[in-house]
Amino acid sequence: MYKYDTYDKQIVADRARQYRGQTERYIEGELSDNEFLPLRLQNGLYVQRFAPMLRIAVPYGMISSVQLRKISEISRRFDKGYAHISTRQNIQFNWPALESVPDILDALASVQMHAIQTSGNCIRSVTSDHFAGVAADELEDPRPWCEIIRQWSTLHPEFAYLPRKFKIAVNGATEDRAAVGVHDIGLTLVTNTEGDKGFRVQVGGGLGRTPIIGSVIREFLPRQHLLTYLEAILRVYNRYGRRDNKYKARIKILVKALSAETFAQKIEDEWQHVKDGQATLTHEEFERISTFFTPPEYDQNINSGVLEQQFAKHEAFAQWHQHNVTEHKIAGYSIVTVSLKATAQAPGDISAEQMDAIADLADNYSFGELRTTHLQNMVLADIRQDQLFEVWQKLNALDLASPNIGTLNDIICCPGGDFCSLANAKSIPVAEAIQRRFSDLDKLYDIGEISLNFSGCMNACGHHHVGHIGLLGVDKKGAEFYQIQLGGDASQNTALGKIIGRAFGRDDVPDVIEKLVDVYLTNRHQDERFIDTFNRIGIAPFKERAYAKAD
Amino acid sequence: MPKLIKNLSIVDDAFSIKQTPECPFPSSNVLVSLQEWKSHKNELSQQPQQVGVWLNSDEEPEELVDDIQSLQVIAINFPTFADGRGYSIARLLRERYGYTGELRAIGDVLRDQLFYMSRCGFDTFSVREDRDINDALEGLSDFSEVYQTSTEQPKPLFRRR
Repeated sequence: MYKYDTYDKQIVADRARQYRGQTERYIEGELSDNEFLPLRLQNGLYVQRFAPMLRIAVPYGMISSVQLRKISEISRRFDKGYAHISTRQNIQFNWPALESVPDILDALASVQMHAIQTSGNCIRSVTSDHFAGVAADELEDPRPWCEIIRQWSTLHPEFAYLPRKFKIAVNGATEDRAAVGVHDIGLTLVTNTEGDKGFRVQVGGGLGRTPIIGSVIREFLPRQHLLTYLEAILRVYNRYGRRDNKYKARIKILVKALSAETFAQKIEDEWQHVKDGQATLTHEEFERISTFFTPPEYDQNINSGVLEQQFAKHEAFAQWHQHNVTEHKIAGYSIVTVSLKATAQAPGDISAEQMDAIADLADNYSFGELRTTHLQNMVLADIRQDQLFEVWQKLNALDLASPNIGTLNDIICCPGGDFCSLANAKSIPVAEAIQRRFSDLDKLYDIGEISLNFSGCMNACGHHHVGHIGLLGVDKKGAEFYQIQLGGDASQNTALGKIIGRAFGRDDVPDVIEKLVDVYLTNRHQDERFIDTFNRIGIAPFKERAYAKAD
Repeated sequence: MPKLIKNLSIVDDAFSIKQTPECPFPSSNVLVSLQEWKSHKNELSQQPQQVGVWLNSDEEPEELVDDIQSLQVIAINFPTFADGRGYSIARLLRERYGYTGELRAIGDVLRDQLFYMSRCGFDTFSVREDRDINDALEGLSDFSEVYQTSTEQPKPLFRRR
């Protein structure tokens, strides 16, 4: 992964020092609440229901064992001994004191981490495929491009006070695991007919109150022009995005208002002025960044034959292998997803002990690196197949091997009303009730691949619009209700879910989910996934069942 | 006399701002609105005192392109510090239209924005009146290195590493 040089270190150290000063001036009353607000937000600090929440950047999900141990140490020293993996691959602390944030930033800087632009109306921390560099279906590793974008967007002087937040994602594989269609800018690495590499550029996707799938404004952008083209998009947005209404301020509203064609033309016009300027990427820089992402020294002679015997002997291992292990591009290696979705555990939460232990696992089995996923799990990307059994045993002992990845119990869930001051409803206890309802593994596996995404309010941190099943917490006269959507899809077949009807009370949610799943089980063709059945039979049978009167 | 930060030091502000065309014309140097400039350009150019133009954040710098060479002071107003349009306007004036005169930030101009403003081509800062201008001056040295290309550093870090 990328390692800071003296320049990167200097910039992060300067930012930590600047933020310390800003905090001191706020505490001394020299900065008003209003003035401090965007400053702390641009540093990932929210003031929440019970305490501030600090969001740490994990750029494109890459984190080293050393960094994860530091997160663990910070969680013990300044928080309550755990951390939360967010749906944008970042790490959140729920209980730091505002006064201790400068010390946390110093601790982070010591391991080349920071909280820069993890919130606020600026270019947010860039996200990507959590299997980048190891996925069997990858065309090109997106991580060098993510790092190039990270550096370009970090403390960008022109784009620090945008109309609204701005999220960029990059995908380099056949399957889209980065959900590029629902980002302000979604970049897909492509090769044109001449064999040149570049990007397909989508703009104006997003969730929140007005979910929209991004429009392709350029089918092929030669890769050396990436930064000037991004600059053109951001400049047009900065100048013409709405600032009068925060609910209409995202770039998706501008793209819609102008039409994608007109917007694309505007970008093209602006780009002609900046194209081929100094920000045009050099071959040397691309090579420099790429050297940080060269494959590790893989052993070419791994004996994977032992797996079959282990499967036969240990059914639980076989189950885990089937669900939590993904094909690696190198024969003899596998990708392991560390499940943070154990029942009764808030989805995405990880304790300090677990962090230390998987940091050790990364050192011993996976070249010292891990990833965070927007599905709120973690990944050990390079596990030898002859060591999978050992790794499984160790994860199992840590309660990190729930064999539920990609199943109904692998729920994406925002922190909800237990923590977040924006939430309309609690999410964590409802997610737990659903997990308990589907605790029978045979049933869970019979249901097969499905995504259940859960947001506690319409800001959609739980990405409910793109879950096969989406749950949204709503407030009705002070009571918590849950609206259900079906048919969302975060993959390359991006689709937004459709609301099935009026919202349900909290206690009814597991029953209704079960009814919806039953409609699928009754109607599915052989090997058809939930989403495929839904797309074939439509919403009506689901609706009918969900609202049918009890017999 | 009110103070300004200009070229990294604190100096007297010799200009007053004429908010609307209806406001009386002061005897001092003056900044007039874009609207007033456009409708009375000729008379304004005849005035004995210096006349500059101030732009609001929703106005287009393209409107000044013909006057770029003759204007010595252009100011850009930040109605609130969270309105970031002025940063783009400044870069356009400097980098695209070749403006070389004084570029002044006015309005809700605070210490924590000065560094970004200076990178986008502002050289003069009219810090909000209720703030300590000496304190604000320190904001200009918040960072010792930057990644991107900008007005004050046209070469991105990757061309200098």
